[in-house]
Amino acid sequence: MKHNLILRVIAKYLFPVIALFAFYVQFHGDYGPGGGFQAGVILSVAFILYTLVFGLETAEQILPPHVLRILACTGVLIYAGTGVATMLMGGNFLDYNFLSLNPVEGQHIGIMLIELGVGITVSAIMLMIFFAFTGRERS
Amino acid sequence: MKNITVTVLIDTLIDITLLAFLAITAIAIIRMRNLFVIIMLFSIFSLHTAGLFVVMDAADVAFTEAAVGAGISTVLMLATLALTKNHEEKRPAHHARLPLLVVLITGGALVYGTYDIPSFGDPISPAQQHVKPRYIEHSLEETGVANTVTAVLASYRGYDTLGEVTVIFTTGIGVILLIGGRLLRRNKQEDD
Repeated sequence: MKHNLILRVIAKYLFPVIALFAFYVQFHGDYGPGGGFQAGVILSVAFILYTLVFGLETAEQILPPHVLRILACTGVLIYAGTGVATMLMGGNFLDYNFLSLNPVEGQHIGIMLIELGVGITVSAIMLMIFFAFTGRERS
Repeated sequence: MKNITVTVLIDTLIDITLLAFLAITAIAIIRMRNLFVIIMLFSIFSLHTAGLFVVMDAADVAFTEAAVGAGISTVLMLATLALTKNHEEKRPAHHARLPLLVVLITGGALVYGTYDIPSFGDPISPAQQHVKPRYIEHSLEETGVANTVTAVLASYRGYDTLGEVTVIFTTGIGVILLIGGRLLRRNKQEDD
């Protein structure tokens, strides 16, 4: 699809819109439907659209496989790390009340951190799986 | 009062339409032989399911179903299809009488079982009685999160969600070990 001008232009304009929607779903999950999982999937869809139109080589220049692997691990570590942090601050594992002096504020920080972890891991893993499948065509 | 009746009627109409579409899509999936068409029908099936979840006021589940079921899994199945053949092998010659019998008996038992299930949204059903009132009454003051689903998933059941993320992470590692790594090795051999 490298020579299809209309697709290339439309994909370039759609990419920021999809990514923005993903971030909206990520950080608005406290109030509306959605959260880290859905946001991660939507963000990976933006990159998948880019890959479908511009090819795997171009996409891997932006997101090399080793970066994706580090991101996937980072998400899980943020999540589990939040749990360890609450333990170090005197509470139970994943008891966000201890993250701040005000329990409700602590809950807010904790939920935002773990949703961020979920989002990072899910989008990185979805892209890793997609790249693994499309990468096999070359061989 | 009259407005409520109209809303219930519209809900029922949407339910019937969506369920009819679901059944039609399912039958079409069984009868098709072209795998590309089947994947597209799977996507439509997921979209109808997402619609049904919206009618049941489960916006978070509907969102997930639309994004994952209709979106990303379709892309992944199409990526798989690009590596294999487009058409299923020819129709199996034998009659499927025994499987049909098993399916009919199981289906009949399941339908019979639904008579014991409390009706949808029944306030005195066990599912609504156990921990749910506490979540609805106290989640806002305890977590400061307006969406109860997010409060339950991220805070009250945070440990389960950590397990879910770990499952997705493990899946990714598994896929990379199965097909990603081989590609790397082959590229390395080409470099040598």
